[in-house]
Amino acid sequence: MNWSEFFSMGGYGFYVWGSYITALILLGGEVVSLRRRKRALRKRVKRD
Amino acid sequence: MNWYKYASPSAFYPLAGKMIPWFAVSAAILFAVAMYFGFVLAPARAGDQNQVYHIIFIHVAAAWMGMFLYVLMAVYAGIGWAFNARLASMMASSLAITGAIFTLLSLVTGSLWGKPTWGTWWAWDARITSTLILLFLYIGFISLQSAIDDQRRADKAGAVLALVGVINVPIIYFSVQWWNTLHQGATIRLLEKPKMTSPMLIAMLVMLAACWLYSIAVVLIRLRCIILEREQNAAWVTEGAA
Repeated sequence: MNWSEFFSMGGYGFYVWGSYITALILLGGEVVSLRRRKRALRKRVKRD
Repeated sequence: MNWYKYASPSAFYPLAGKMIPWFAVSAAILFAVAMYFGFVLAPARAGDQNQVYHIIFIHVAAAWMGMFLYVLMAVYAGIGWAFNARLASMMASSLAITGAIFTLLSLVTGSLWGKPTWGTWWAWDARITSTLILLFLYIGFISLQSAIDDQRRADKAGAVLALVGVINVPIIYFSVQWWNTLHQGATIRLLEKPKMTSPMLIAMLVMLAACWLYSIAVVLIRLRCIILEREQNAAWVTEGAA
C-alpha cells in the first residue's frame, strides 16, 4: 500500500477524511471547551 | 456498599473524578483500534461501494450515539422529575450537549457520504429529516433549560420536552422500513447475519464502543462542572441570607 493512494481514497479523500476531521473537530472542541469551563470554575471556587 | 449514597451530588463528585481517566484512556485506545480495523484490515471497497464507504464507521457510531444518548437523557430527566432527584436532572443536562454533538456529526458525515454517492448533500428523506428533528429536540432541551432561571422548574420543563420527544427515536430507527427512503436500510440487525465482512463489522462495533467510552468520560466531566455550579450557587444563596 502506498501512502498517496491511501490518502486519496480512490478520489474520495475529501469526503472520507473530511468526515473524520469533522469528528475530530467536534469531539476535540467539546473536550477543549469542557476543560476551559472546568478551569474557570476552579478559579471561581478558589476565590470564594 | 451503599450505592444510594452516590445519588447525592457531594458523594458522587469525587467518585466520578476517579472514573473519568479510565474511560478517557480506553476510549482513545479503542478509537485507534477501530481506525486500524477500518482503514488497514478492512477491504478498500465494499461490495458495490467504493472507498467512500469508510465514512460508515464514524457515521453509524455517531447516529447510534445520538439516539442512545437521547433516550438516556429522557430517562434521567424523567427520574429527576418524578423522584425529585437533583443528580439525575443534572445528568440529563450533561447528556444533552454530547448527544447533540453526535447527532450533528451523524448529519455532517451523512452529508459527506451522500454527495458522492447520491449526488446530493441533503434530501428531505424520512430518516434524515427525523434525525434533524432529533438535533432540534436536543437544542430545544438545552435552550429551554438555560432560558428558565428557577433550576428545578427548568429541569421539569426539560423533562417534559425530553419525554415527549422520545417518540422520535423509534421513528428514526424504523424510518427506513416504514417509508421508501433514499437512505439505505439497516446495515446491522440483531439476529441476522450482518451484510459486511468481519474487519468492517469489528471496526464499526469498536468505534461504537469508543464513542460510548468517550461519551461517559465527557458527560462525567460536564456533570462535575454542573454539580459545582449548582451546589455552589446554593451555598452562595444561604451565605448571602445569613
